[in-house]
Amino acid sequence: MTANGTVFRYGDNVDTDVIIPARYLNTSDPAELAAHCMEDIDKTFVQRVKPGDMIVADANFGCGSSREHAPIAIKAAGISCVIAKSFARIFYRNAINIGLPILECPEAAASIQAGHTVSVDFDTGAITDETTGGTFQAAAFPPFMKDLIARGGLVEYVKAKRAGR
Amino acid sequence: MTMTQKILARAAGLDRVEAGQLIEAKLDLVLGNDITAPVAIKEFARTGVARVFDQDKVALVPDHFTPNKDIKAAEQCKILRCFAGEQNITNYFDTGEVGVEHVLLPERGLVGPGDVVIGADSHTCTYGALGAFSTGVGSTDMAAGMALGTAWFKVPSAIRFVLKNRFTDPWVSGKDVILHIIGMIGVDGALYQSMEYAGDGLNALTVDDRLCIANMAIEAGAKNGIFPVDQVTRDFLKEVGRDRYTAFEADADAVYSRTIEVDLASLRSTVAFPHLPSNTRLARDAGDVKIDQVVIGSCTNGRLSDMRVAARLLQGRHVAKGVRCLVIPATQKIYLQAMKEGLLEIFINAGAAVSTPTCGPCLGGHMGVLAKGERAVATTNRNFVGRMGHPESEVYLSNPAVAAATAITGRITDANELV
Repeated sequence: MTANGTVFRYGDNVDTDVIIPARYLNTSDPAELAAHCMEDIDKTFVQRVKPGDMIVADANFGCGSSREHAPIAIKAAGISCVIAKSFARIFYRNAINIGLPILECPEAAASIQAGHTVSVDFDTGAITDETTGGTFQAAAFPPFMKDLIARGGLVEYVKAKRAGR
Repeated sequence: MTMTQKILARAAGLDRVEAGQLIEAKLDLVLGNDITAPVAIKEFARTGVARVFDQDKVALVPDHFTPNKDIKAAEQCKILRCFAGEQNITNYFDTGEVGVEHVLLPERGLVGPGDVVIGADSHTCTYGALGAFSTGVGSTDMAAGMALGTAWFKVPSAIRFVLKNRFTDPWVSGKDVILHIIGMIGVDGALYQSMEYAGDGLNALTVDDRLCIANMAIEAGAKNGIFPVDQVTRDFLKEVGRDRYTAFEADADAVYSRTIEVDLASLRSTVAFPHLPSNTRLARDAGDVKIDQVVIGSCTNGRLSDMRVAARLLQGRHVAKGVRCLVIPATQKIYLQAMKEGLLEIFINAGAAVSTPTCGPCLGGHMGVLAKGERAVATTNRNFVGRMGHPESEVYLSNPAVAAATAITGRITDANELV
């Protein structure tokens, strides 16, 4: 599985309150959430983002609340992948559980700039900055998590488990 | 093994576990609120499982946007209510009975030592104060937990915090301990790790102090925060009717990634400035910061001891002109006891507004939202951009004494200045 798109670049500690402010949490509809994604950190995000685009960020991406609405909003906005120096733990878990691809790669985060075109191969974890030609290798997921992602997320895992698969 | 690792090993049916190991653990409790449970209930339906794994081990607590804040919030609460009814959920609390989840559950004796608890709320880490392994997860994890009664975990490594001596400042409490720690290590200083507490300083900490400290483990990026079980814990558990539990202790040779000492005697009232819980400064060094709103409440500091501290300062004094002071006892039991002790009368006579239990303003939901350019001092746990309202508002985190003193003077104030 691969992805390709333009980069939206953010810094350290992008928290769940800026990804999707609480004033929008009286809904869980992905399209409604997507309309307000990143609103308090970048008002232009929702206007500019196109399916396949990527977020690249520094340390502790997704810190703060456990709200699954955060990765839901990002995924519904069309983001194909989030690459960061490091992820906050609940966001990391939620992203895997809902099938939002995330890759931890400090070298990629350090090098890739806003507006660059990046492609990712999720099977190998290879990241390519097509604007500069730079290539990077993301940390591999443990087999259990690869399995979760391959099945399409945690709910699919639960279904399969119950069916003895 | 660390205390956390021992609890996880038992829950996974293993003799031992190591940091980094992936395990599947049996759950003692699965928790959700009015914001997170609707998504979980939707996902639960997709699993194909008809009944939750145990109707006594799921807790649904609509505390965030309640009493119903608007039509959409009312619809979300209705989803919880219907599901609780269909599934015969024992621990469902509606308006009139509900309180802030992380204060309510300990009060009801629903969490105890050795328990493995997941909650679709990041402050689920609070119950580590009672010697449980307790951690925040998302809605899909909550759904899977309700379906299977188990959850997958990556076993965390741990940082040991050795607390020494006792508080020497009468207005300093658990909140200052955790703000001091987060200020020291940063918002990802304990990323993916357990924060395990030890030392003679434990004797100086009440259960409320410990609940407050464990509550903000997530603000340092931790998986969980946890306290040993001692007489203080046991007395509390007896009081709330939780009599069966297993207390685990870290091995004497448990491996910690680092050990950090905290001298309680040296601590002074601490404030986290916008927009990170780690941006800390002493209250007395805050400078002249004018405030528009004060919030005393939340799962961090909405307990009876917090109400008493605030009342001691507000008694015979008045909220400054131009300041809105909101006091929110976290449960009906606390509200009633505060009423009996005359605290609510003190608050109202001082010009503060007293509210029914709710998370309300903590996450910018309702019951005290900030306008553009406004500043609040709050006894809550997070101060990211837009946390309490307008993205151009500011939140300063503090203990209840600073909050009350600030309400009186209209600027950030260490309570020692007033007394």
